[in-house]
Amino acid sequence: MPSTAEIVARCQTLFEDLDFKEARAWKAAAPGRKVVGFMPVYVPLELIHAAGCLPLGLFGGGDRMEVIHGDAYYQSYICRIPRSTIELGVTGRLDFVDGMIFPFVCDVIRNLSGMWKLMFPNVWSKFFDTPQNFDPEIGGRYYVEELRELRDGLAALTEREVTDEAIRASIVLYNENRRLVREVYAFRARFPWKAPNSEVYLLMRGGLMMDVAEHNAMLADYLAAAEAEDRPKRDNVRIAVYGSFCEQPPLNLIKSIEMAGCYVVEDDYSLVNRFITADIPVEGDPLEALSLAYLRSSVETSCKYVPREEDKGRYHIEQVKKARAEGVVYATPSFCDPALLDRPMICRRLGEAGIPHISFKYAENSGQMQPIREQAGTFADSIKLWS
Amino acid sequence: MTEVVKEPSMLLQKEMIARNYDAITSKHESGRKVASTFVPGNLNELLLCFGIVNNLPEINAIQNGMRRLSGSYIMEAEKSGHSEDVCTYVKADIGMMGKGNIAPNGKPFPEPDVLLLSYTGCYTFMKWFELLREQYKCPTLMLHVPYEGDGHATHNMRDYIVRQLREVVIPGLEAASGVKFDIDRLREVLRNSAKAEDDLVWVLEQGKRTPSPIDAYFGGVYYIGPIFTAFRGTPEAVTYYEMLRQEIQARIDAGRGPVTPDGTSFDDQKYRLVVEGPPNWTSFREFWKMFYDEGAVVVASSYTKVGGMYDLGFRHDPDHPLESLADYCLGCYTNRNLPTRVDILAKYVEEFQADGLLINSIKSCNSFSAGQLMIMKEVERRTGKPGAFIETDLVDPRYFSAANVKNRLESYFQMIEQKRRGASKAA
Repeated sequence: MPSTAEIVARCQTLFEDLDFKEARAWKAAAPGRKVVGFMPVYVPLELIHAAGCLPLGLFGGGDRMEVIHGDAYYQSYICRIPRSTIELGVTGRLDFVDGMIFPFVCDVIRNLSGMWKLMFPNVWSKFFDTPQNFDPEIGGRYYVEELRELRDGLAALTEREVTDEAIRASIVLYNENRRLVREVYAFRARFPWKAPNSEVYLLMRGGLMMDVAEHNAMLADYLAAAEAEDRPKRDNVRIAVYGSFCEQPPLNLIKSIEMAGCYVVEDDYSLVNRFITADIPVEGDPLEALSLAYLRSSVETSCKYVPREEDKGRYHIEQVKKARAEGVVYATPSFCDPALLDRPMICRRLGEAGIPHISFKYAENSGQMQPIREQAGTFADSIKLWS
Repeated sequence: MTEVVKEPSMLLQKEMIARNYDAITSKHESGRKVASTFVPGNLNELLLCFGIVNNLPEINAIQNGMRRLSGSYIMEAEKSGHSEDVCTYVKADIGMMGKGNIAPNGKPFPEPDVLLLSYTGCYTFMKWFELLREQYKCPTLMLHVPYEGDGHATHNMRDYIVRQLREVVIPGLEAASGVKFDIDRLREVLRNSAKAEDDLVWVLEQGKRTPSPIDAYFGGVYYIGPIFTAFRGTPEAVTYYEMLRQEIQARIDAGRGPVTPDGTSFDDQKYRLVVEGPPNWTSFREFWKMFYDEGAVVVASSYTKVGGMYDLGFRHDPDHPLESLADYCLGCYTNRNLPTRVDILAKYVEEFQADGLLINSIKSCNSFSAGQLMIMKEVERRTGKPGAFIETDLVDPRYFSAANVKNRLESYFQMIEQKRRGASKAA
């Protein structure tokens, strides 16, 4: 059985490789294979998988790439993820990607979908709009048709039919993936010293760049290895991190929060594989099943409308309680409309629930960690002293 | 500062707006219900069917921007935890509430009875009304209008909107107003809409003339006023557009250009521009002056299409009332994908014989701004006409730097001159 260090090292290699060698190798391993890139925060990966494609999570270039061309496409007041994604595109790093899916997150990613069409006219690209009406008879009917359109687009890309049977088989694999991901999160909440924040983060990010079956095996191995390993327990406070669902903080920032005395026991980093919170039924029409899962069993996040005022922030509070977090760090990318517009509402609800919280902004290439460490450290101290 | 010179249509519009603000602020006396809603995807015809008064927070923010109040409102909102990075319309609105919520007529805004969240082409709308709902605790009716990501509307999108209108919006407005929905009343109102839309399109098309009798950006924001706000579907709007059309016809007959705020006729037009993006409102008059002082007239703009792209042929259709409202929402400018926006702007540059495309990029409006540099490059490439880029904000005075804007505009006009000289030499 591999050790946690070996598993995390493999994930880190994937995470750091902006030439996507493994995905290229996967594609080259058999004729006709296609790779479909997707951006945060939710795409029904089951459909991409059922079409025989590798879903490849693209979260910009992080702090590992100098953005030269991408800056020429955006004003200074636009967040960083679209510019580094464009950098990946124009520098040829994504030249093996056959399709791109831009799910609804915000207007910047929405507009990026159109830019991609203009810049890479030979790549199949799709803006994927999820419903904001959650009634199965209204939003559900719309969404089933959108899923059908997505399925047909993938079928045209791969020149093969995407059958219901294939979708059901993919749902089984992704149900297992989500179950294992939930288990890792639950394990971390129980034993945060055994599953450090940065390790869990890499485990999840790596998983979005490999075949789901392989990731399932890796998650099981990680759980077994982490349980078996003995690691020192520190006098850290337990916190949740929210606001980081799209543009990702640099790995050093994720580590810095922990180094500042905080065990992260809950987060919304990259979100994709935790977006759906329950198993999707494999009986019946698989598109209906995917639709209902989105409508009834998905997280509350800033790119979704909350129909009832009394439910706003409820998910965050429940998750904080479930993970037994003592406070929340609301960490959001600069110029991120969804997270920043939500911040006052979510933080108000946290305050009403008596949950201490702080907030700060970052960019995927933030380099100065000292202020973050100081802020997070002070927050940890204040929780220890006063909560 | 001297008083802005107003044409009769502008005076009529001013009266109409004042009457609407009076209707809003007197709701407790009149017993009328008030809805807050947005300009893109504005369902004014439906509100009229229920006798509901339409209050538009974007327009309130614009009013506060032009009256130099928005700066302090924005700072008020930022003090209470709203980020410096987000939409300044939202912060101007939230800050106004924090400072007494006073309408332009000097009376307090009453709480709305319903928030009609017509979610069309702008992400911020969704969060804006979640924020207002938190404040007002009133019913919120969400109408989700899918984005035309592939450059066209589909039957599925249209059906989804119609279903929401039938199942969510109309019953919600019935409950809020106590008035039963009458589809024949809606048809009647839509007939008025289409009449006004015909005249608006005629007005905007006159930018193709030389000299242009209109300014399709600074003047254009007045032309779109009634139809984008609380008046589309009313007989007053029909009258307004008839009057506007007559005014412009008179200018055409006299060979005159548009009237500037100084009261002069802007006839000596050296540069013809297409402008993309909303204007800055806090220094609106100063901004406009930078253009006409240099002899630049705007012959077409995208901002005058945010509340509906009537120039592309859409009209509200009394024979298909709900479907027509759906098509209207889907077709608003910011609900169209980037390649379509490029097509539209390149077409404007060609058809309006413009010297180029100027982009006024708004710091806090990602719906418009994200991708505009690419739009500029693409339109330049397709038309062979130079583009230029300036940066301001909607209603945050901190982001209007007059010297920078003026410098960039002057450089742009020099570029156009140079291009012309190059073209004449080549000929």
